[in-house]
Amino acid sequence: MNKDFLEGAKDSVPIAVGYFSVSFTFGIMAAGYGISPLTAGMISLTNVTSAGQFAGLTLMMANASYIEMFLTQLVINLRYALMSLSLTQKLAPNMNTPRRLLTSYAVTDEIFAVAVTKDKPLTLPYMLGLEWIPILSWTAGTIAGGIANNLLPASVQSALGLALYGMFVAIVLPPMRESRAVFYVALIALLFSCLFYYVPLFAKVSSGFSIIISTLLAAGAGALLFPREEPSEADDPKPAEGGALR
Amino acid sequence: MKIYFYILLMAVTTYLIRMLPLTLFQKQITNKYIRSFLYYVPYACLTAMTVPAIFYATKSVISAAVGFAVAVILGYKKQSLPVVALFACIAVFIMERLLGL
Repeated sequence: MNKDFLEGAKDSVPIAVGYFSVSFTFGIMAAGYGISPLTAGMISLTNVTSAGQFAGLTLMMANASYIEMFLTQLVINLRYALMSLSLTQKLAPNMNTPRRLLTSYAVTDEIFAVAVTKDKPLTLPYMLGLEWIPILSWTAGTIAGGIANNLLPASVQSALGLALYGMFVAIVLPPMRESRAVFYVALIALLFSCLFYYVPLFAKVSSGFSIIISTLLAAGAGALLFPREEPSEADDPKPAEGGALR
Repeated sequence: MKIYFYILLMAVTTYLIRMLPLTLFQKQITNKYIRSFLYYVPYACLTAMTVPAIFYATKSVISAAVGFAVAVILGYKKQSLPVVALFACIAVFIMERLLGL
């Protein structure tokens, strides 16, 4: 078994665990709408996105037009374009187009977060390990949810709702502590995100757009106020293992 | 039958959004402002996704806030991702029992 693949698989375990519980809820919800567990599983396997799928489910039930479905998916998932763009700067030099086509299949919030903070260039085996265990867990959780409909007690489901956010906090907090720039970037993002949620004038903006706009403004402000002087690899605190990659 | 067209449309749209930027930008970007921007994107994006959504992820804002506080403290102490996530969930569970939810 490839060493990078195993490392990716190991890094993916917390993501896979979190995904199972979230997709379980999706499966329950889909079953509630009369969608069979296998069809729901197919949605999860082909989409691998939480907000997009939940929104898609709602639109299907409303018998929405295809253009509405397209636009909704575009807006909710547009943040993945930013993540993919950010990831291009972390890819190992041998990542050619076919390898990129495979890698891009499951750029999710959590997989992106783990990949982009990895302290070495991303190889195809690493990314496949990191992506496919969560994808399978996401799919299996959906099917299980659809079949079981209500296996986990509501109290446990409610508590698990915090799991993925807890991971996000764990990713952002340590660099916030180390770098004044990251601290301000996160603070700006938080302020805009709350503005879009709580201020009535802006509250009509969908959550997908709110995340995109907050991200663009905060990261843009960070780039202008705290441009990073170091050339490419200075982000890495230590040289990458197996340094032949450069 | 229509459901399969919906699923196909969702899947293709989502894949293209992810795939196009990843395959079209093959070069290292040298402009320091763009590099800085891309470096800050994950932190901005994860923060915007977490707050305020985290407060509405459980049965009660109070239990979610307690879970959030636990996550912030453990994250600040640089605990690993699964540890932070697990203890945040446990905090929510305990808080909701205390609240009698």
